[in-house]
Amino acid sequence: MSSPSDSMSVRALSDRVSVVDIHGEVTAKSETAISEAYAKASGSGTKFIVLNFTGLSYMNSSGIGMLVTLLVRANRQKQRLLAYGLNEHYRQIFELTRLDEAISIVADEDAALAAAK
Amino acid sequence: MTTPELPEATAEVQPGELVPLRSDATFWAKDVTRLRLGEVPAEAVNLNVTGKRVVGPVQGFGKLWQKTYRVELPGAPHTPAEVITAWKAAFASFWPDSGRFYGKLTGIDPGDVALLNLSAGGMKLSTGILVLYADDESFTFMTPQGHIFAGWITFSATETDGVTAAQTQVLLRANDPLYELAMPIVIHRQEDRFWEQTLANLAAHLGVEGATVTTSTVCVDKRRQWSKAGNIWHNAGIRSALYLITTPFRAVRRAVGRRNGTG
Repeated sequence: MSSPSDSMSVRALSDRVSVVDIHGEVTAKSETAISEAYAKASGSGTKFIVLNFTGLSYMNSSGIGMLVTLLVRANRQKQRLLAYGLNEHYRQIFELTRLDEAISIVADEDAALAAAK
Repeated sequence: MTTPELPEATAEVQPGELVPLRSDATFWAKDVTRLRLGEVPAEAVNLNVTGKRVVGPVQGFGKLWQKTYRVELPGAPHTPAEVITAWKAAFASFWPDSGRFYGKLTGIDPGDVALLNLSAGGMKLSTGILVLYADDESFTFMTPQGHIFAGWITFSATETDGVTAAQTQVLLRANDPLYELAMPIVIHRQEDRFWEQTLANLAAHLGVEGATVTTSTVCVDKRRQWSKAGNIWHNAGIRSALYLITTPFRAVRRAVGRRNGTG
């Protein structure tokens, strides 16, 4: 079983765009990891935070709640959140919870970069 | 909130054998675009649920709050899963008198829709909830358009140092400007009383009398989302009040219809 504690890594695609790669689970136990990943991804010039869900294996309702908190933090910094790599199941959860109205879902990393231009 | 652990393996895993990852697929509601309510008792006021969409913190108007109510159950020999099983089995019975929960009688499952009849600030209000998520150690409700707030309510149980605790956590924004005005005056206080009483009732049911419920309120986002001010069109309080006011007219119309053989 994957562990939530080591489930995030961060890459900078440019001065304006950072990617958070999410691996394994997003639950209440991921709170510190997701918060630290956001802090690392969020440089002074960062305008777009891209969440890569390709490696996501499990998410509960607390995980969705944390994404809302992340969204608030990003909005405060005038940053935009994008997401890619969601399988059909998680895409439906984004639609059901209506998170897709605030976090733009794109096909892949190239599409995220294009959206950030 | 915690998540259920995988059951302990009962047999050794052989080299090359795949160990399945746990899946959340059965825990989430599916294919819900608009709410549809089943049969409800005749005494219930059934308004503001069927046909409504669910709304979360992204769709709400007011400040974003996280309210957490927690009760420890010392001496009660219940695991978190047992607490949640008991909570789901008799969910409506733990509510204070100011609220009625009309759900199905057999528990709480993802995708269930329930009708709520509430008293809020001296006003009768008919609204509902969708069971967004339910696993062995937690379940989450999402509110519909017109409800007092747009948000999620998560009920969970955890164990720390051998003591099990039950928790209700609400992530909410007032749905429209009218509700936002009422938040500091009445809604915060009423919400606190409601869930504190609910958790005390649950604790008593599990054998812990006089349990202390702790409450924590955090403002996650002070900004109001003015683009959502139009949510007031769905305001369940206004619609419930209008329904109440027009009840005599409907009764007269029904009586006239019966007399003319059209009712």
